[in-house]
Amino acid sequence: MRMTQGCFSYLPDLTNEQIAAQVQYALGKGWAVNLEFTDDPHPRNTYWEMWGLPMFDLQDAAGVMMELAECRKVYGDRYIRLSAFDSSHGWESVRLSFIVNRPKDEPGFRLDRQEVDGRNIRYTTRPYAADKPEGSRYGG
Amino acid sequence: MDTTADNEAAPPDQIDLRKEFDEVGIGEVLDQLDRELIGLKPVKTRIREIAALLLVERLRKRMGLATGNPTLHMSFTGNPGTGKTTVALRIASILHKLGFVRRGHVVSVTRDELVGQYIGHTAPKTKEVLKKAMGGVLFIDEAYYLYRPENERDYGQEAIEILLQVMENQRDDLVVILAGYADRMEKFFASNPGFRSRIAHHIDFPDYTDGELLGIAEGMLVEQNYHFDAEARQAFERYIAVRKTQALFANARSIRNALDRIRLRQANRLIADLDRKLTADDLMTIEAKDVLASRVFEKGEGGG
Repeated sequence: MRMTQGCFSYLPDLTNEQIAAQVQYALGKGWAVNLEFTDDPHPRNTYWEMWGLPMFDLQDAAGVMMELAECRKVYGDRYIRLSAFDSSHGWESVRLSFIVNRPKDEPGFRLDRQEVDGRNIRYTTRPYAADKPEGSRYGG
Repeated sequence: MDTTADNEAAPPDQIDLRKEFDEVGIGEVLDQLDRELIGLKPVKTRIREIAALLLVERLRKRMGLATGNPTLHMSFTGNPGTGKTTVALRIASILHKLGFVRRGHVVSVTRDELVGQYIGHTAPKTKEVLKKAMGGVLFIDEAYYLYRPENERDYGQEAIEILLQVMENQRDDLVVILAGYADRMEKFFASNPGFRSRIAHHIDFPDYTDGELLGIAEGMLVEQNYHFDAEARQAFERYIAVRKTQALFANARSIRNALDRIRLRQANRLIADLDRKLTADDLMTIEAKDVLASRVFEKGEGGG
């Protein structure tokens, strides 16, 4: 099951040219671009690990694409997302975030139903991949 | 068959050179270079040649004759204050207008910004600078400091390797200009043959003559709304002749510093007489005694 998080996630995967165009848009707005990766695709997992430092003061997307290529070399079997941070006053938050790399095989999520208090039911989603220990979830 | 789409796809039979030249607007940059930079004849000639080469390369690409982008990395050698940084800015603008770099900004760095202080510090530091310079020109001043043969564990070597790799693999994204004194650059290239082979254009910046230095000084003064009177002009000519023989002479930079101090003395002279009525001309004029009060004359020729 294809994970959908962030912008463009219902579109086919972006090509490198398309990613570079998005990055250039973000840089043009003065946003700092970051790369993050994880192998825990749960939607509530907001703490992805950063690849290097946020890239401030870049003028051209080529620098980000160079880092992305290197990140893919190391963590190509995991989810990698690219986020653009707007540091201007009043925003100070992420303005754009989208997935740029995903594992070949995405097993999806299991839905657990827990019966409590008579006839009430609590629901939990759990990524199948998360059953395995970190680092070996996507065959890596 | 005769649709516009077809015409666009096929390479044109003829190219109007004048139109192309005007379109990219490098004529303007070259003229500005001629106008604003005094002297530097060989440098200007080389830049015109490079600009012509690049324009032709661009046309060849349009005709489908070009084979990949040419190597554009350069090395500027010359004494301090001979305009290397200024020319680098102009080169960036020319490259940008011709479409050989995408943004046309210049990132100017020295060893400190590229080389780290402990193990594992250098690579991220160098890469950060490279990332900032992508799409523009990376200007490395006093590049020979990157290589310190006396210390074999120096981290400079690491920075050099990363630089070389990017210079080779991302020629479309980045142009590197190395700058420094001629003799030390020569040694640097001799011990790092990788650099020499990756650099297409070696440009040598000659020292300015006395007359050119005077021209530079007057240009700087005009920019700041000052001027020499006739005696001050003569005094400054003498100043240049004496200063040149002394240590740490840095061409145009020394001239700029000298003018800053002369302005200081002029202000002092004016303040000394508070009861006087001043005209705009008084405020603009630099007199001989402002120049002659310099310590340079005390030391005389060859003094430190």
